[in-house]
Amino acid sequence: MASAARAEKAAARERAPRRQAKETRAALIFVAPAMLGFLVFFAWPTLRGLYLSFTDYDLLTPASFSGLDNYTRLVKDEVFWNSLWVTLQYVFINIGVQTFAALLLAVLIHRLTRSVVIRGIILLPYLISNVVVALLWYWMADYNLGIINEMLSWVGFDPVAFFGDEDWAIPTIAMVNVWRHLGYTALLIFAGLQTINRDVYEAAAVDGAGEVRIFFRITLPLLRPVMALVLVLTVIGSWQIFDTVAVTTQGGPVDATRVVQYYIFDQAFNRFDFGYASAISVVLFLILAGVALVQLKMLRAGESDQS
Amino acid sequence: MQAVARPSAAQPSPPAPERRPRGPRRPFSVGRLLAWVALFLMIVITLAPFLWMLRTALSNNRVLFTEPGSWLPVDFTTGPFERVLGSASTEDAQAEGGSGASMRFWTYLRNSVIVSTAITLGQVLFSAMAAYAFARLRWPGRNVVFFAFITALMVPPVFTMLPNFVLIKNLGLLNTYPGIIAPFFFMTPFAVFFLRQFFLGISREVEEAAMIDGAGYFRIFFRIILPMSSAPIATLSVLTFINAWNEYFWPQLVGQEESVRVLTVALSAFHSSTPQTGPDWAGLMAATLVAAVPTMLLFLAFGRKIVNSIQFTGVK
Repeated sequence: MASAARAEKAAARERAPRRQAKETRAALIFVAPAMLGFLVFFAWPTLRGLYLSFTDYDLLTPASFSGLDNYTRLVKDEVFWNSLWVTLQYVFINIGVQTFAALLLAVLIHRLTRSVVIRGIILLPYLISNVVVALLWYWMADYNLGIINEMLSWVGFDPVAFFGDEDWAIPTIAMVNVWRHLGYTALLIFAGLQTINRDVYEAAAVDGAGEVRIFFRITLPLLRPVMALVLVLTVIGSWQIFDTVAVTTQGGPVDATRVVQYYIFDQAFNRFDFGYASAISVVLFLILAGVALVQLKMLRAGESDQS
Repeated sequence: MQAVARPSAAQPSPPAPERRPRGPRRPFSVGRLLAWVALFLMIVITLAPFLWMLRTALSNNRVLFTEPGSWLPVDFTTGPFERVLGSASTEDAQAEGGSGASMRFWTYLRNSVIVSTAITLGQVLFSAMAAYAFARLRWPGRNVVFFAFITALMVPPVFTMLPNFVLIKNLGLLNTYPGIIAPFFFMTPFAVFFLRQFFLGISREVEEAAMIDGAGYFRIFFRIILPMSSAPIATLSVLTFINAWNEYFWPQLVGQEESVRVLTVALSAFHSSTPQTGPDWAGLMAATLVAAVPTMLLFLAFGRKIVNSIQFTGVK
């Protein structure tokens, strides 16, 4: 049986060129539909977006080339710089709180229980859409009737206009999205925790190390590659904040929550300034690519830790 | 078609649930108690909003303000659900503080089902085919093309969405199912990446054996690779369906018309149509709850698989 297979392999090697051509043809057929989708809906629009950013285009009349006009306008556009700043605040709060809480949650689950039910429960918010999540929290954080303000009043605080106050709006939106994504992030980290050999923990425990010491000396260092991956995923994702803003504040109060994506949307679909919207998109893309590059470098650097 | 021997021995069995024999119970400690309290608190924060959603959905919107702090329904009624499902008369709806505006829930539900199902079928099949070519077949340019696919993961959706909108508009596909479905139908980089990881792990001997039996690449893919990968295919399908179901940005752009409007867009529209001064919170919460039911049911059916699949993507 084995020798027959070997003979067959040798024969296959002799037929190699023909088989290679056949294999290539099959591969191209297999890739074709995905390739079509890739070219039409990812590659081409990327190039076209780049082109549109150098034009004046309102969707009704053909795009007319306008050189760097959109970009010079961008540099002087205070609303744009504000939107970048607001987005940065959002990313910072969202990622900071989410990473910390998810790490805590993952470690708690890992060290306390093996229950799949608990793991399922923490994932529940991830299953409902951004729109539903936004509406739900908009209601709970309502100034007059919301349960959150009601509970604040029980402990003697004044009500807070979570979505209506310039200082509170971005932190609130950030926390709403932490609530939705916490479980997912925690499970990613949990997966990383499971790859750490339990013997390491037991050896440390035998040596008399406490939980806190084990966490900082063993868990955290060994988790670094996973944490880097999680950060790549969540940071890129958090720059894309849109749905929550669109449903709750629509950029307000004033421009306090006018994040970049919402500003792009606003320029394109409320003011029909597609050229300018594309230019902002290009800048956002460049920022994201930069962030991803830096993070991938970190990720590579982290890979050597564990093998 | 059954000529291909199914190499059942080589079939990777799903990983056995990790179950270590319970050791001696750890002694009670304050730290451990605190840890449990912290975990319990996090679970409460996760679940409480769902309870609040249900409590509001079963309240009479007209008197909701009288007991804003009660965790039980205020003046218990199923009216909000009747409003959402369209079985309440306009007078009944207005009596309970609804706007009387119709929410054509069943239409939106049908649209969501059509759109999500089509996206799931197309995306999973075509992504699996591409993943097979990337993982199992040798062809010139393979790595370059795969790298291009992965790079697409970085492109922010908003960047491609404007040109895609123009394209869909020029094709005359605004407010049609194909227009809503198209960008997600053929692939997502994530789906290709996800399945490729799994296909890479399948032993090559299985294919060699089938090839000796005279099976072509298509038969190998459909008769061996796909059946062997039923677990990751199922999890990817569930994740794809949930994502498609929850998608808001794109259908909001190209599917505003009632006839093709999906639930997320309808919910947002319902929200903006209720008066700012006295919103129909009970109706809204009933609607959000009903809109979340299908994904919840999917989760009940495939919960363990989804949980495991996220770990699968996390590890590799």
